[in-house]
Amino acid sequence: MNSVQIITDALSLGGIYALTALGIGLVFSVLRLANFAHAELVTVAGYALLIGVGLPLPLVLFMAAAASVLVAMATERLAFRPLRHVDQTTMLVSSFAVSILIQNIFVFFSGSRAKGVDILPALARQVSVLGADVSMVKLTTIAVCGATLVGLISFLRFTRLGLEMRAASQDFSMARNLGVRADRVILIAFALSGILAAVVGVLFVAEVGFVQPRLGLQLVIISFVGTVIGGLGNLTGAMVGGFLIGFIATLLQTFLPLELREFREAFLFGIVILILLVRPHGLFPARHLKERV
Amino acid sequence: MALSAQSVNVRFGGVRAVTDVSLRLDQGEILGLVGPNGAGKTTLVNVLSGFQRPAEGDVQIDGQSVRAQPPHWFPANGVVRTFQSVRLFMGLTVSENIEAALTVAGYSRRSARAKAGDLLDYLGLAERRDTIASALNYSDERRVGIARALALNPRFLLMDEPAAGMNAAEVDELGVLIHAIRKDFGCGVLVIEHNMRLISDLCERLHVIVQGATLAVGAPEDIWGLPEFRSAYLGATS
Repeated sequence: MNSVQIITDALSLGGIYALTALGIGLVFSVLRLANFAHAELVTVAGYALLIGVGLPLPLVLFMAAAASVLVAMATERLAFRPLRHVDQTTMLVSSFAVSILIQNIFVFFSGSRAKGVDILPALARQVSVLGADVSMVKLTTIAVCGATLVGLISFLRFTRLGLEMRAASQDFSMARNLGVRADRVILIAFALSGILAAVVGVLFVAEVGFVQPRLGLQLVIISFVGTVIGGLGNLTGAMVGGFLIGFIATLLQTFLPLELREFREAFLFGIVILILLVRPHGLFPARHLKERV
Repeated sequence: MALSAQSVNVRFGGVRAVTDVSLRLDQGEILGLVGPNGAGKTTLVNVLSGFQRPAEGDVQIDGQSVRAQPPHWFPANGVVRTFQSVRLFMGLTVSENIEAALTVAGYSRRSARAKAGDLLDYLGLAERRDTIASALNYSDERRVGIARALALNPRFLLMDEPAAGMNAAEVDELGVLIHAIRKDFGCGVLVIEHNMRLISDLCERLHVIVQGATLAVGAPEDIWGLPEFRSAYLGATS
């Protein structure tokens, strides 16, 4: 594997983790909830692709995005909003419950086995970049992740809602004191996390070519670690943490001796522990982690 | 126009934080809310600003009950507060801190930036506009907090210990500023403050709370002479 391929792999994997970490980070920043049901938002997008096989691609992509956003907003409204004023641990337990419930709904309707989904066969081919063979799906992943990140950053930086969300993420009760509507900001955070999960779900399924009920689980666990490394409650940190995890994972995959590669994640989490020992609050600790709503 | 609390009671579990307090803040006046630590002053401001719903009693604006309104309704309707700890959004710029309040009030990002510039000029902070809030010194931080409150175009401005941590010169400047705010914005200002020199300089009326209940209401010179006030607030034995 040459350096172009390593960089491509690292950027595409890092981009996936960064978008997932941002989705988790957006909700955490306004609700102080590590939403483990984010995994199922990724999976929902994958199953929407499965249902949409044979339909025009734009319609299928819209279905995937709509499914993730609707499920995200529904979980906020039904599973988290009623619990906002009780102990945070209760919301965390609720997020596990939602996660397992949705997984079982997939199993009930579609079975537990993986189902093949080939939404974009054209992406399977290899192209030459600076003399190296690189898969189109990885280049597409990098481009889409980059565009999504630019879109998200622009939304947060240049729009009224984005400014409200940034303010609320730093001090929610002060933002409410200025008149920011808690329900609206939290619902938008969930909707945005749904959009990010849908992008990740589509890109991930395009890469692996199948869906299964626990599709998003591993992604979210690793991305959550990225969120922690970046600094919980800091969106820039979540993005950097996601990319960092992607880079470390790719480098381990490339440079670990063959007999050790199956233990890649053990090495990855070992490095994570080392980082957290040196920077226990992450690389970019949130300066003002105030109380949630 | 007046903001008022009518026979308000607040309890936290078995503890009575505020007991049967009635308070009136008229638009255009500066009212001092004073009392020893733990007397219930901040709780009363929480009630007046919609952050704490009283167990009994009412909150009214111009005689209309607003007790059942959600917290975000109050700043949108001219009841604005500042906190003892300023609580700026430390990762945002000075201008963005103010723009956040303005956009909630309906301004576009472009018009919010222009209006924030006007307010920063008013507070003498124009050159700090693009500074990240975490880089401000303490005095400027407090001024930005006041600018952010003014962005909401208050009819009633509730200030919780605005002079906390300030030196004598800064307190004098703050007094001038609060007088100017009352004049230029025409709002009623309620000031919780332990600095009696500032309170005397600012306030036409004082409302004294001790152990959650009203001890006295009157002009500062009348309040200072009350033995009960001196005993409760200053620990004197009269």
